[in-house]
Amino acid sequence: MTKPKKMTLTLPVEEYVGSGNLACQGCGANLALRYVLKALGPKTILCIPACCWAVIDGPFPQSCMSVPIFHCAFETAASSATGVKAGLDMIGDQETTVVAWAGDGGTFDIGLQALSGAAERNEDIIYVCYDNEAYMNTGIQRSSATPSGAWTTTTPVKFPKDQPKKDIDAIMAAHRIPYQATASIAYPEDLFKKVKKAKEIKGTRFFHIYASCPTGWKSRPEDAVKLARMVVQNAMFPIYEIEHGEKYTLNIKLKEKKPIDDYLKLQGRFRHLKPEQIKVLQEEVDRNWERLLKKISA
Amino acid sequence: MKKVIMGNHALSYGAMLARTQVVAAYPITPQTQVVELLSEMCADGTLKAKFIKVESEHSAMAACIGASLAGARTFTATSSQGLALMHEMLHWASGGRLPVVMGNINRSMAPGWSIWTDQNDSLSERDTGWMQYYCASNQEVLDTTIQAFKVSEALSIPSMVILDAFALSHTYEVVDVPDQAIVDQYLPPFKPVARVTPDEPHAFGGLTGPEHYYELRYKLQKDMEKAPALIEETGRQYEKLFGRYLGLVEDYRCDDAEIILVTSGTAGSTARVAVDQMRKDGLAVGNFRMKVFRPFPFEHCRRILPKAKKIAVVDRNISYGHHGMFAQEVKSALYQHTDDVPVFCAIAGLGGRDITPDTFREVVDYAREHDKPEDDILWIGVKK
Repeated sequence: MTKPKKMTLTLPVEEYVGSGNLACQGCGANLALRYVLKALGPKTILCIPACCWAVIDGPFPQSCMSVPIFHCAFETAASSATGVKAGLDMIGDQETTVVAWAGDGGTFDIGLQALSGAAERNEDIIYVCYDNEAYMNTGIQRSSATPSGAWTTTTPVKFPKDQPKKDIDAIMAAHRIPYQATASIAYPEDLFKKVKKAKEIKGTRFFHIYASCPTGWKSRPEDAVKLARMVVQNAMFPIYEIEHGEKYTLNIKLKEKKPIDDYLKLQGRFRHLKPEQIKVLQEEVDRNWERLLKKISA
Repeated sequence: MKKVIMGNHALSYGAMLARTQVVAAYPITPQTQVVELLSEMCADGTLKAKFIKVESEHSAMAACIGASLAGARTFTATSSQGLALMHEMLHWASGGRLPVVMGNINRSMAPGWSIWTDQNDSLSERDTGWMQYYCASNQEVLDTTIQAFKVSEALSIPSMVILDAFALSHTYEVVDVPDQAIVDQYLPPFKPVARVTPDEPHAFGGLTGPEHYYELRYKLQKDMEKAPALIEETGRQYEKLFGRYLGLVEDYRCDDAEIILVTSGTAGSTARVAVDQMRKDGLAVGNFRMKVFRPFPFEHCRRILPKAKKIAVVDRNISYGHHGMFAQEVKSALYQHTDDVPVFCAIAGLGGRDITPDTFREVVDYAREHDKPEDDILWIGVKK
């Protein structure tokens, strides 16, 4: 007789993100913050620049959160968090974790200078970029995190984005920060474990979390987690960590690397792509994957 | 203790005596000595503070704002282009009601590149909700820095302590550096009204709809309106402890003056000398140096300036398409409060061109020869 399979809940039941918030249906950014806070606990301060999460927690005087939020300027997630951390140190609070929580626009584009500055100084903060691959809060405009071939409101179907996604992880690795990792909302236990690990490290820690956006990707809300799993399985968004910019470890190993076709098909933003364009994208994914594997085995 | 120090170091000593806890700064000529000395003080423990060596002025102000919100006393210094880069964050500091204190060295805006003084950098930030003090001596720089923290923290409004490039920033003067113990008496530790802490989780600065935003700005203005009286009160308290009064304006020989010069910054101390010279020549001239520009000293303007037959404002700045900015504001303050006192609007010393006693003599001569200003702007020393 086979034993009945049982699921075990490995994440703490405590919630720091309240229900009834303003996230869209199937919002990956919402899940990302839920999981990260489960790992960090209540002694956390979030610095949130302009991004979807600037709205999700609710309008003044409400907040769905049970941790404090400092809503800061678009390009200042890293510098604001740096200031908060310094201020806390000076008033004798060494315990609280200060987190910069920004979208891809606030990280890859407008906030990159402040992030680079903070990383170079090795400020004692955790910087999290939840990446939904475009300026979603302003209505789906392309960012430098938007993948090649994608439609956005500023990369119309006739002229989809013809530059590859910026390799933010390589940029951060070049800063030799003590810890950085990619993660996906489809792998909450992996994310949870890595945030726990990062919490105990001093210095700048960087997370790059793939966060599906059904609204901006023209996909079904119920596919949000599925897409976040497929993007890992097809190696478009591999899950790995880097210590001190050198030691690469693959966290989610692939039994079989899937082609990207099925992933693209589920999203309206790729619907216009012709087979030959998909082939070019597939080659790009393959090249990036090989490059990563070399770094991991080095 | 008396020391011979440059204006920039007067700012550093002021920030040190105020027991600043976090400094975040980026270098720009002619501000560099302010933060160089502070970084030494932080390194050798003279000042127990965190010095964040940020990668831009924008990040400097962002970090100051974060630190202030965390509950620390916070200071930075900049100049010109750096201040312009901070512009967005200046609104964030005042809108967030955070009492950051900043030194700004008045330096002309590029292009062309100029490191010399005029006031267009700080006056371009007139409407950001910061208090602005224009200093005329290194002593005043040091004293005002300490006072600025006291006023800012009482009102939850940030302050800018402003001094002229080179004329003050790099000029050495004798400065009485007060005892720390007495400064501590004057300025107790910072007790924030609210701070970001997990012990009491709130969201600061979130989405604010039309039903709330308006009142937040109303409150900022209402508190700014309390500032003139508070500056005078804290100025008197300062005088009791240190023997130097710190007020909104300095009126010099204005009581019986037929022509009152309105000045600010180091041009104001040059004007004092010019007034004495002209008095010797039998001319009834006074000098009304505006030390505080925000909040605007309406009461002093309306009480003192109409005593004269003519008022001549000398601006080291210009609002293109209008006048010098002090002139605009003096005229607007006097409107409906005086009858027919003509206000002459002079501009001098842009881009660090020297302002000398002769500058004021020329302005006064023009005012004596004319019942009313013929030109909108009286340009002093310009090569037309």
